[in-house]
Amino acid sequence: MTTAIGSAKTDSMTRADAGLLDIDALGKRFGGFVALDGISLTVPAGERLGLIGPNGSGKSTLVNCICGTLRNEAGSVRFNGKPLDGLPAHARTRLGLARSFQLPRPFASMSLIDNIRVPLLYTVAARGSGRSAPDIEGRCADLLREVGLEQKAQHLPRDLTQVEMRKLELARAMASEPKLLIADESMAGLTHSEIEEILALLLRLNEQGVTIILIEHIMRAVMSFSRRLVVLVSGRKIADGQPDDVMRDPEVEKAYLG
Amino acid sequence: MIFSFDLLINAVVSGVLIGGFYAAVTCGVSISFGILDIVNIAHPAFIILGSYVAYIFNITFGIDPIVVAIVMTPAFYLLGTAIYQVYYLSFEKRGQESLRGLAFFFGVLFITEVTLVLYFGVDYRYVEAPYIGPTLHFRMLDIPLRILVPFLVSLLLIAVLQLILTRTFIGRAIMAVSQDQLALRLLAVDPVRIKRIAFGISIATASLAGAFLIIIQPVEPSVGREYIGRVFAICVLGGMGSLPGTVIAAMLIGIVESLTSTFYGPSWAPAVSFGFLLLTLAVRPAGLLGR
Amino acid sequence: MRTPVFLLIWLVIAAAVFAGAVFAGNDYVFFAGYVVMQYVVLSTAWNILGGYCGYVNFGSAAFFALGAYSTVAIYKFYPLPIPLLLVVGGAVSGLVGFGMGYLTLRLRGAFFAIATLALAVVLETLVVNWDYVGGSRGAYIVRPEEIYPFGNYVRYLFLIMMGLAVGAITVARLIERSRLGYGFATIRDDELAAEACGVPTLQLKLIATTISGALMGMAGAPFPYYIGYLQPSSTFGLEYAVNSIAMPLIGGTTSWVGPLVGAVLLGSLQQIATVTISSAVNLLIVGCLLVGFVIVAPNGIIGLVHKYFQRKPDDFVGRRRVDPDAPEAVP
Repeated sequence: MTTAIGSAKTDSMTRADAGLLDIDALGKRFGGFVALDGISLTVPAGERLGLIGPNGSGKSTLVNCICGTLRNEAGSVRFNGKPLDGLPAHARTRLGLARSFQLPRPFASMSLIDNIRVPLLYTVAARGSGRSAPDIEGRCADLLREVGLEQKAQHLPRDLTQVEMRKLELARAMASEPKLLIADESMAGLTHSEIEEILALLLRLNEQGVTIILIEHIMRAVMSFSRRLVVLVSGRKIADGQPDDVMRDPEVEKAYLG
Repeated sequence: MIFSFDLLINAVVSGVLIGGFYAAVTCGVSISFGILDIVNIAHPAFIILGSYVAYIFNITFGIDPIVVAIVMTPAFYLLGTAIYQVYYLSFEKRGQESLRGLAFFFGVLFITEVTLVLYFGVDYRYVEAPYIGPTLHFRMLDIPLRILVPFLVSLLLIAVLQLILTRTFIGRAIMAVSQDQLALRLLAVDPVRIKRIAFGISIATASLAGAFLIIIQPVEPSVGREYIGRVFAICVLGGMGSLPGTVIAAMLIGIVESLTSTFYGPSWAPAVSFGFLLLTLAVRPAGLLGR
Repeated sequence: MRTPVFLLIWLVIAAAVFAGAVFAGNDYVFFAGYVVMQYVVLSTAWNILGGYCGYVNFGSAAFFALGAYSTVAIYKFYPLPIPLLLVVGGAVSGLVGFGMGYLTLRLRGAFFAIATLALAVVLETLVVNWDYVGGSRGAYIVRPEEIYPFGNYVRYLFLIMMGLAVGAITVARLIERSRLGYGFATIRDDELAAEACGVPTLQLKLIATTISGALMGMAGAPFPYYIGYLQPSSTFGLEYAVNSIAMPLIGGTTSWVGPLVGAVLLGSLQQIATVTISSAVNLLIVGCLLVGFVIVAPNGIIGLVHKYFQRKPDDFVGRRRVDPDAPEAVP
């Protein structure tokens, strides 16, 4: 799993060790436009994967296909060995797949704490963990505290800054107690210390056993966080390996500079 | 059910002719719903308004209803822009168009219909023109002129609209506004202004469609209701915003309605277009020529 | 407040209202009151799908009429007591609500709304062509003069409809405060995000259409006995659609209180207007109020009261509200 350039041969090698998330030749078109072209990727449990690529390279489309918001035409996605084809998004979330949206989508008419409550009520409770109401209350408050939003618990999303909304997005994704969390550009617009905060949070989550896929443009954050880096350009995976190796790859350099 | 070839051919031809008229009725919604994504269910009410306007001038001054409609087109256009402005400020801007926007148009539909009832009563009204009455006879075909003339003018109307949408700058801006508002802004074109113009055009077509309606059949205020389902069925079936698609879908529905009416009885006809609509929505929401 | 307490309080209020009506001595109060209570049920039912989930139903008349025509169909066979008819009417309409939802809920809200319109017309056409229930000629139901122990049959009908109204608002409130209520609200706010949070949106929407349809059917079930002569054109009339939309929007859509307030106020207003002015003007007023409120006061009367007293969101109207003056933050 340490080669920098993804090839069919290497992909079949990585496929052999079944990961938490197995993506096999995933394809997605919008009319004539090919958004994703045969993406294959294996993410083992506990991984910290960074996903980078220029704008329009298909990162969010990939996330949408993995999570069921969009239907892929070709290829398959398996989570924990279970094929996800045809499963609606809410079922995938219940299996342990969570994502934050690149453009935050809070529930506008509900307070922050209610926003956090929804995944707890519908995902965690649905898994039959038998949580009582005070447990849920406490958990909501904890999650808000972890992202630094506990002061605004009773506020509506309308009262938040852009940055705070991204934090809410992340907290809401965390609330579903996922096995795999995809953080889609959660750090845009954050200050240096805020980025450190979020990174520390994600690291903590990872230490608790949550696999994390970090999609980011902020290279510093990606490089320090990721144990493995994947590069997407025009719907194709052009690199997959150790962050330092990947960044030295001439194809990657070309994609970003030329 | 008496089956005869004569009956069949007349039903089909009649369906095609009425279909042309239905296309004129629907083209406004193809613009407002198909292109602008505004669920203007009050459109039939504006058509009825057009019918009554044609009626008033026809009865008072004896002017041909289609001429009245053409002259009144600017007035309807202005009405359309005014309504869009209210709609935009109250709902689109606030992001509440789904529930409250729908309720708004529903209220407008209602107010228009009831106001017409209060002003004109529930009696059927009709207009007079030289082509209302005579029927063309061609072999086994009987073609009433009062259906043929609106059919021809309808097709003309659609052709003109299609030219506007594809050949003029405003027309192409209207097509663009449904796809990429940001790009429009970058071209220094205000999307809101474009949508206002488009909605104005949409209501302007109602003036003509109303004249056609009252030529084809007598009109009273609640006649508009049966057109709500028809109009949206045709719009959806025709691929939402595609004018050629609208024409084809309109004729299809016209033919099926006509056949149903002829062979099963007119009381089943309303179920046809609405049933079509339900089926289309359930099976293929993108329509026949969907984009 | 726990639900049984809530139910008890409202049953007591209903009993007091009934006693007051009896005391008034004029039977017209019962006739008018029946209609108002009917609209409480219809508005509350509509709001479960419309206000809570954000899916507009233009076909309230269809579900209402289904309940009424179920009663007629059964009456021709064997007249059942009204409580049983309520169950049948509710079951039929609930089933149709489920079926229609299954066909159309995968679509966007706008298409769903149009589909409900289509359904109403299709159902009306079916009924008009079904001679067993009278077709376009209509159907007669003989209303009994008296029923033990209430005496006057109209009083009995009024009591039933009031009981149904209490039931409807209890159900609505129960939903609001349950997990289902949260789920509905997320569907209204952002379905995509709701799915991502694990909310099974299609299932919940189906539940909403079924409950909403069933309640409307139950409101329609006693109607033939009330009116005596049932005609498709009036039973499927547009005024049911307009009122069941106008009343919650004018009262306020975010909780069970709104439809109740809207129905009582607007319903009473209409009863007075129909008698004093004319039914056409009455409908014009409803239409204008609907448009006016939707533009100026999107949160309805409850929203206005709320702003006037400037209380915190959680107090009176449950946990959800939308402020019309501030720009929406959601992209």
